[in-house]
Amino acid sequence: MAELQIREAIRAAMVEEMDRDENIFLMGEEVAEYNGAYKVSEGMRDRFGDRRVLDTPISENGFAGLGLGAAMNGLRPIIEFMTWNFAFVAIDQIINNAAKIRYMSGGQFSFPIVFRGPNGAAGQLAATHNTSVEALYSCFPGLKVISVSNPDDAKGLLKSAIRDDDPVVFLESEFMYGMRGEVSEAEDYTIPIGEARIAREGDAVTIIGHNKSYWRALEAAEMLEADGYAAEVIDPRTIRPFDWDTVIASVKKTNRCVVVDESNPFASVSSEIAFQIQAQAFDYLDAPVHRITARDTPAPYAKNLMEYYLPSTEDVYRACRAVMYLD
Amino acid sequence: MSLKAKEVATQNGQPEASYDVIETKLTFRQYPGDRFSHESLGLSVEDVADIYRNMLLQRRFEERSAQMYGRQKIGGFLHLYIGQEAISTGSVYALKSGLDSAITAYRDHGLALALGMTSNECMAELFGRVDGCSKGKGGSMHFFSKEKGMFGGHGIVGAHIPVATGIAFAHMYKNDGGVCICYLGDGAVWQGSFHEALNLASLYKLPIVYVIENNQYAMGTAVDRASAETDLFKQCVSYAMPGSLVDGMDVFSVCQAMRDHVDMAREGQPSLVEIRTYRYRGHSMSDPGKYRTKEELEAKKNEDPILRLKSYLIQENLISNEDLDVLDMEVKAEVAASVTFADESPFPPPEAIYDHVYTQEDYPFLT
Ligand SMILES: Cc1ncc(C[n+]2csc(CCOP(=O)(O)OP(=O)(O)O)c2C)c(N)n1
Ligand SMILES: [Mg+2]
Repeated sequence: MAELQIREAIRAAMVEEMDRDENIFLMGEEVAEYNGAYKVSEGMRDRFGDRRVLDTPISENGFAGLGLGAAMNGLRPIIEFMTWNFAFVAIDQIINNAAKIRYMSGGQFSFPIVFRGPNGAAGQLAATHNTSVEALYSCFPGLKVISVSNPDDAKGLLKSAIRDDDPVVFLESEFMYGMRGEVSEAEDYTIPIGEARIAREGDAVTIIGHNKSYWRALEAAEMLEADGYAAEVIDPRTIRPFDWDTVIASVKKTNRCVVVDESNPFASVSSEIAFQIQAQAFDYLDAPVHRITARDTPAPYAKNLMEYYLPSTEDVYRACRAVMYLD
Repeated sequence: MSLKAKEVATQNGQPEASYDVIETKLTFRQYPGDRFSHESLGLSVEDVADIYRNMLLQRRFEERSAQMYGRQKIGGFLHLYIGQEAISTGSVYALKSGLDSAITAYRDHGLALALGMTSNECMAELFGRVDGCSKGKGGSMHFFSKEKGMFGGHGIVGAHIPVATGIAFAHMYKNDGGVCICYLGDGAVWQGSFHEALNLASLYKLPIVYVIENNQYAMGTAVDRASAETDLFKQCVSYAMPGSLVDGMDVFSVCQAMRDHVDMAREGQPSLVEIRTYRYRGHSMSDPGKYRTKEELEAKKNEDPILRLKSYLIQENLISNEDLDVLDMEVKAEVAASVTFADESPFPPPEAIYDHVYTQEDYPFLT
């Protein structure tokens, strides 16, 4: 096991895959000469040269589409968005082209492409720079959506995403790039897309959270442990396709569920999880599914408001106690 | 100039000049009609007959599809290319089949047939059948053929222009010598995607030719109502690439221009070509075309690229009237057969709805 930051794990995944396959290239704003806005691609241009690590102008729609055409014509692009907020100007390429052209061509053209970058809350940047996009992209058949919470998953899942022949939206976090963790040193380490991870086993309540929300879930589980209850914590890791089997089996065991999701609540990932649980495990539920999400507002700037806006560990802990009818 | 300097200049009775003038000389190429001949292009008599046959096939195919639309064999939108056939046929003549790539918007039947896709697979696609070129998943606006280098058929105005740029990027990256032609309408010029794509192509020196098929209208909006600068080829200036203006009613002008521009692309020089043309039918089947006058339409019909080539063939004694008749009959028969083929091809089975969403065979769809 090696201890890596998430940014290093992502870089290691890209470097290993680019060493293995000449058809992979990395393109985005500031990825080459500047070494990455968040230093994820540091050193990659020196290693692979200008041909395979390319800076772009600030033309997200243009270079997202360029990546898709390159994928149609035999390459395997990695397209970095400085953040997913800026991909809104490229959303036509991702939703109309990446997700649908394979279908409309009767399967003739496929899109082995990864769109990656940081997603979700990133501090006091106000509303335009704090959007969570996982539910949005998960709406579209044709796309796969991955959101990682730790270095090991980041490396293993990004390698799988790069190898996958379908377009993958890969969600990281500005806040988590510096987070350290053990990363498997197994040769050619990959984690299958579509498999959730049970991070902590328990029988009192199931807490589900991805990306930063996973850490809120884990902290709440620790607080519950102090109260004498064992919570089961699940990190879905892949949002589309979602690992329903793992979640449903867990809820059938614990009979209670709290979903933590940093997105705005309406039609969020938490909405779909709650729907599936009631549809597949209704008779097993001892309480309604609870969820803790961002407030139903744009993200505010003021420090205190931003704290109020986001799910807190305390919120999660209280929701767990509520579904366990403890208070 | 500072206020003080201004006062001095005015006191001295000199004209006030607060700025310098930058003069630039811009040059563009023009390929007018009636300039080129099959001989100047080095085309054999068979080549010219082929070109004529292909344009005629597009025309007859679309006339038939309009008829089938009326009989409700075809659903959705149907955008006819009638009037623009010299562009598809003339430009594809500059491409190397099996190596080069082409991509266009939703007015795509003509390009598909020019690239050698069969009438059968095209008609079956219009009918929404399994033997269609997109297996009944794309319809009129989304014709694809990997084999023929046809990268679509795209329904969102301007969205395919960055994709085209990526196709060219892959040609460059793989160093396979291939080029891409990206066709777009006059209306698509005002999508940001066009501008982003041209800049990227020029920065990366991509092997691509962007072809604006200026048929004078975007739906009902005439070019001068949508474009502040109506010489669309001049957009090349901002992206430091060559630009040309071509008469799209003369297939030989298109052939020559596209040959030159495809050669440039093969040398790593992207470029922009505006080809002026005209669509004789409405924007789509539901458009009665009230935004233009009958006189305008009739005048343009006198320039019909197919009739023009036909008279050339006769005048130059390249083909006998009997042979022209035979050719006409063959094309009609091919199109008629494609209707039978399409009608006999089955509808996709219900399970097919889940096919081709993902390459992954066992994707767990929500049900
Ligand atoms: C983004 C987008 N906006 C609007 C439309 C509706 N629409 C379809 S075709 C068209 C006109 C396009 O004209 P032009 O680019 O000149 O192509 P032409 O139809 O003349 O071939 C419009 C507005 C669309 N398909 N996509
Ligand atoms: Mg037009």
